[in-house]
Amino acid sequence: MSGPSTFQPKNPVLKWIERRLPIFGLVHSSFVAYPTPRNLNYWWTFGGILSFMLGVQIVTGVILAMHYTPHADLAFNSVEAIVRDVDYGWLLRYLHSNGASMFFIAVYIHMLRGLYYGSYKEPREILWILGVIIYLLMMATGFMGYVLPWGQMSFWGATVITNLFSAIPYFGESIVTLLWGGYSVGNPTLNRFFSLHYLLPFVIAGVVVLHVWALHVAGQNNPAGVEPKTSKDTVPFTPYATIKDAFGLACFILFFFWFVFYIPNYLGDPDNYIPANPGVTPPHIVPEWYYLPFYAILRSIPDKLAGVVAMFSAILVLAFLPWLDSSKTRSMRYRPLAKQCFWIFVGVCLGLGYLGAKPPEGVYVIAGRILTACYFAYFLIVLPILSRIEKPRAVPNSIADDVLGKKKSVVASALAVIGVVGLLALDSGSTARASDHGSTPPSMSWSFAGPFGKFDQGQLQRGYKVYKEVCAACHSMNLVHYRNLTDPGGPGLSVAQAEALAAEIQVKDGPNDAGDMFERPGRIADKFPSPFPNENAARAANGGAAPPDLSLMAKARGYERGFPQFIFDAFTQFQEKGPNYIHALLTGFEDTPPEGFKLPDGSTYNRYFPGHAMKMPNVLSDDQVTYDDGTPQSVDQYAKDVAAFLMWAAEPKLEERKRLGFQVMIFMVILAGLLYFTKRAVWADAH
Amino acid sequence: MTTSSSAGQSRRDFLFVATGAVAAVGAAAAAWPLVAQLNPDASTIAAGAPIEVDLSPIAEGQDIKVFWRGKPIFISHRTKKQIEEARNVNVASLPDPQPDSARVKEGHDQWLVVIGICTHLGCVPIAHEGAYDGFFCPCHGSVYDTSGRIRQGPAPSNLPVPPYAFISDSKIKIG
Repeated sequence: MSGPSTFQPKNPVLKWIERRLPIFGLVHSSFVAYPTPRNLNYWWTFGGILSFMLGVQIVTGVILAMHYTPHADLAFNSVEAIVRDVDYGWLLRYLHSNGASMFFIAVYIHMLRGLYYGSYKEPREILWILGVIIYLLMMATGFMGYVLPWGQMSFWGATVITNLFSAIPYFGESIVTLLWGGYSVGNPTLNRFFSLHYLLPFVIAGVVVLHVWALHVAGQNNPAGVEPKTSKDTVPFTPYATIKDAFGLACFILFFFWFVFYIPNYLGDPDNYIPANPGVTPPHIVPEWYYLPFYAILRSIPDKLAGVVAMFSAILVLAFLPWLDSSKTRSMRYRPLAKQCFWIFVGVCLGLGYLGAKPPEGVYVIAGRILTACYFAYFLIVLPILSRIEKPRAVPNSIADDVLGKKKSVVASALAVIGVVGLLALDSGSTARASDHGSTPPSMSWSFAGPFGKFDQGQLQRGYKVYKEVCAACHSMNLVHYRNLTDPGGPGLSVAQAEALAAEIQVKDGPNDAGDMFERPGRIADKFPSPFPNENAARAANGGAAPPDLSLMAKARGYERGFPQFIFDAFTQFQEKGPNYIHALLTGFEDTPPEGFKLPDGSTYNRYFPGHAMKMPNVLSDDQVTYDDGTPQSVDQYAKDVAAFLMWAAEPKLEERKRLGFQVMIFMVILAGLLYFTKRAVWADAH
Repeated sequence: MTTSSSAGQSRRDFLFVATGAVAAVGAAAAAWPLVAQLNPDASTIAAGAPIEVDLSPIAEGQDIKVFWRGKPIFISHRTKKQIEEARNVNVASLPDPQPDSARVKEGHDQWLVVIGICTHLGCVPIAHEGAYDGFFCPCHGSVYDTSGRIRQGPAPSNLPVPPYAFISDSKIKIG
């Protein structure tokens, strides 16, 4: 992309093609011979990592679209069907959902690198602005993708974000109507979001081409911030940059796969495992972690329009950065004051992210306002003033000088890494439940926890028995079929046993030739029966509160783990909030509420239920369910067994996931190691 | 620093080849799930379980169409004449030689059960049409006889017989 190529293929076929379409020359000049500064550090590998992540998102996304149904009534279950029934569907879905987060982690690092090393300065202004456009497109794409599973957070996220546009004077309401295609967020909204979510990644890919084009015209910036002068300052892209990028990418994939295989729901919100309900807003709405800083800015401003303007300005201000910072010195390495302000700015962003996940009350609001002011001050006051008054240190004469006189700035890198981990860990969306009202459920030891966790077949069978004899009287499990009882990694029933269990129920089928509906014995392809014909019947029979479906219960409930525990949870692979909560709930009933607690009629006091007043009575008692294997028949044991069973029901591919995860991690460690030594061997010539 | 010794050179070459090979294995392994997901999913397979069909309402000379695994299955209650026609054929002269006895269950000669999908390009033939009193495919003019064997037209083979068994004289289980 940097002018006509001098590349001449030898092979006559390639020669023939090259004369008519100089594509090999283009590739050669852009990705082989292209001179890249020899002092680039690993922060420069994130461009390649981002291209890779865009590819991953497009490939997995196109595949998911083959199985997904964009309909308000079917979307939620179709996503679950992908995870449960499609070969490797769980893998593809978790790659895609966690891939979005990884994409944003990489883009934030990429942006902060540009900010730190002054990559937006002349002659790279257009390159930078194209990057801001890509970032905006990514945000729109990520938001619309989050809507597609049509869970509670999808629905309410869509409602809140689309309502942002209602702040626009005069046209706001009309714009919102255009977004919705109805009187509220509904099926038409889901359909258009699906269409646009499919389209936008290709638009991103198009802008990425422009971004790379602009990059290859201006050339890469580098940590010293001085332009290459002689050929001593650069090395050819291949093999030097390619192998370095490959090693960086392999390390990033290891990080990515830690999430995919071991903590796939860590960055998500439990509420999104509850199907969308237009009648009930979750008590604590949080966007995905990557929007949290902007969400905090939005909430800091007490005026609707001003809040929205501030939020969008926070992103758009980036586009003006090349003119706000007029310092001639690019790299902040040589700008001591700007460097300190930069790290303060990173802290401000992390702080805003933290506040975005907190309820908008009390001290959080004040802190949010202060940090919002700091955020804008960095761009509008600090950088413009600093660039005029600061006296930068001398920059090296050339890149070659920089390489020779290089001191390792390990501290800055370590700080940045900590910053990234912190940013990542800012998902307290998943931790924001039950904290205000309930006590924290005790952590139990589960056989399925940890990297080698497996379900205990006996426990799953006992848990199924408890579900069938007690819970099933009121709760459905619509996503679980009798055939699942025979699946590997499950309760391990034989097909005959599952058939016998299925045959116990009567299933409505038809119409037959005469046009009549009829009842037939269940088959293993049938799902577990619902105790009520519809939700209204369930509500009417249970004092106004419909007993929720239990299929995903173990992933749809969580509780606050608190800072810094939730960061450690990412390392210890803690994913058992749901079963802990279920066990605590089933053992947490108290006959007499504490003094001063007014229990509404028809409710039971439960220590762990948010608000404590629960419509469900205490249904378990000792010796209620008979165990054949000699396990103690206590309420505590019943609660543990049924919680384990519900964990399996919510995550039936857990064992397969962890097993494959281990193999993949070992493979990636070997590959990363090989790439590291190859990189050293390649670069040995260059130093 | 340069590695000029030939031992160092070959060690480097080995490293490059090993890295490339491992990366290639990884790429191939990554492609596997992307292809495997195209297979029928577990719910589709479960829905493809065998079905039972009650034959008692089908009068002689009539036929019905049922669906199994998304395919139309023709079940014909053949008349004496149709059975005779199916049998009185020089099997060797057929495009896809098969005696009628190989296409029905012994002792249940009156029941013809075939997958109603033309073996040419997948259209559904029409029963009781065509020159052989069997099936006629309107798409490209293939003609099948009363045993579902191809007699005329571009179709290369007979209408396939699905796996089925009589569980009683008036009930079959397909699949």
